[in-house]
Amino acid sequence: MTNRDGPDMSRTPRRIAVLGLSLFVAAALWPLYWIVVSSLTPEARLFEAPGLWPGTVVLDHYRALFAEREFWVPIRNSLIVAAATTLLALVLGAPCAYALARLRLPGKTAILAFVLAVSMFPQVAVISPLFLLLRTLGLINTYTGLVLPYLTFAMPLTIWFLVGFFRQLPAELEDAAAMDGASRAHAFRAIVLPLAWPGLAAAGVLTFLYSWNEFLFALSFTLGPERYTVPVSIALFRGQYQVSWGQVLAAAVVATAPVAALVLVAQRRIVQGLTAGGVKG
Amino acid sequence: MASVSLERVRKTYPGGQQAVRDVNLEVSDGALVALVGPSGSGKSTVLRLIAGLDTPTAGRIRLDGQDVTHVPPQKRDLAMVFQSYALYPHKTVRDNLTFGLQVRRVDPSTITARVQSVAVSLGIDALLDRVPAQLSGGERQRVALGRAIVREPRGFLLDEPLSNLDPRLRAATRAELALLHRRLGATMIYVTHDQEEAMTLGERVAVMRDGALEQIGTPMDVFDRPVNTFVAEFIGSPALNLLPAGIPGIDGGGHATTVGIRPHDLELTSVGEGDLIGRVEVAEPLGSTAVLHVRADAVPGQLIRIVVPSDAALAVDAPIGLRLRRDRLHRFDASGRRIA
Repeated sequence: MTNRDGPDMSRTPRRIAVLGLSLFVAAALWPLYWIVVSSLTPEARLFEAPGLWPGTVVLDHYRALFAEREFWVPIRNSLIVAAATTLLALVLGAPCAYALARLRLPGKTAILAFVLAVSMFPQVAVISPLFLLLRTLGLINTYTGLVLPYLTFAMPLTIWFLVGFFRQLPAELEDAAAMDGASRAHAFRAIVLPLAWPGLAAAGVLTFLYSWNEFLFALSFTLGPERYTVPVSIALFRGQYQVSWGQVLAAAVVATAPVAALVLVAQRRIVQGLTAGGVKG
Repeated sequence: MASVSLERVRKTYPGGQQAVRDVNLEVSDGALVALVGPSGSGKSTVLRLIAGLDTPTAGRIRLDGQDVTHVPPQKRDLAMVFQSYALYPHKTVRDNLTFGLQVRRVDPSTITARVQSVAVSLGIDALLDRVPAQLSGGERQRVALGRAIVREPRGFLLDEPLSNLDPRLRAATRAELALLHRRLGATMIYVTHDQEEAMTLGERVAVMRDGALEQIGTPMDVFDRPVNTFVAEFIGSPALNLLPAGIPGIDGGGHATTVGIRPHDLELTSVGEGDLIGRVEVAEPLGSTAVLHVRADAVPGQLIRIVVPSDAALAVDAPIGLRLRRDRLHRFDASGRRIA
């Protein structure tokens, strides 16, 4: 009896944890599952009593999505805008963050506070001025016209995230590089950046997600289907007399796929990045 | 190799905290100086100032007579071994060793040859393709040392390089460092909080306290003629005994208020024959010798340490007599300074 008691005692809470986690995961994934199932259901049967399993699987909605609606255009637009925003935010943000984390700058705290304040502006409040600005610059309905406003929100995020990350790297590594004769810039490239990969990946994924999902700016600063991003395109699916729910759902699946893939690929890096406090040389 | 000279160097942090107070230090070409002091005494800051990683608030630093006070570390051509080793964690041992040479655009064939010879001399040639995470503490320490040596710098700055090693490895590496210094004939400045390490390794020992250099001299100089009570107590193990000069039987001589006597310079006598009478309170056997902590009747407020051969070691509470070797007394005045 006593032999059995020990393991059983520790197994019970574990079982409860597993059960709880399973329920949580199921709840989180349920809407996603429902979308996938519905997107494979014929339009006519969408409003029937729903079943857990799709009765008949049809790819009609997906076919319509790409053949009739040319859904690859908004996907391309979103990819270009999100990738450009992410790339620029990292390329510009990393040196900024490094300078703020390590160099002796007057007013460093003020700069950081200001950077944060910028991202606090409600989006709605800046739409009109931004629209006028972009129109003056002739950037309405261009990729640049989306990437630039996105950067105003993505950069503070990236900078704050990376400042925290760089500060956690042991400063002695950079001292060692300096003793080895490497300039600040050289040490940044050869020592700091390779070690900051998890942080860069995490910041990059967050920025990409933000840009991929952004709706308000995209709706305001694009004029036609040739520049619509995925969220705008889906929102404008409804026709004059009916909403093609099947296609909306199919589009939602297609829009989620690249992001899900990205997160899965970068998952380990992100986890490392978010738990960087435990890193030790 | 280079001589290093510090002239009234001061470092004050923005908060007003003085890390280094007017330190003067001359390290001649090829010398090994050990900077020793308790933690927070400013010894590591002095090292960082010499390295150029910090800039002094006042004073001059010279390398070979040339003023480098405001020259960045990249252009001083000194090498540093950090307490944490600070190996580049994403680079292999080989790349750790070559980085400094590549930065300085040494030609590849020279790099290969130098890395090979240094790796062999330190016994790390089998580890060249590993990354630091795959190395033991002792191996990392060697790589850190190798990274400094391979550069053939003008001088070496070592910041507590042995403090992360276990005691046995520390003793072995200490001997190797001494050999290395002799072989390279390099200028070395060695920071440690361990007075024994400083004594055994340093050709000269510089004792620091609260940012100030208290005394600099050969190990025996500092041991035999400490300039004040701080140095007297800090150098030597077990620590020197400081006794009030007024106690009967001890001649303070003139205006001395404190006398110091090293545990080795006290002799055990039978009760009544020596200068002091007391009882053993703690006995610490160390193998060939033992340290006795004695409470003397004349100075009941403190324990007097005495080293005796272990065969003479006495039981706790045994009454004993103590004789002070008159020629080994250190006399200090009221401010703690040595008299004559």
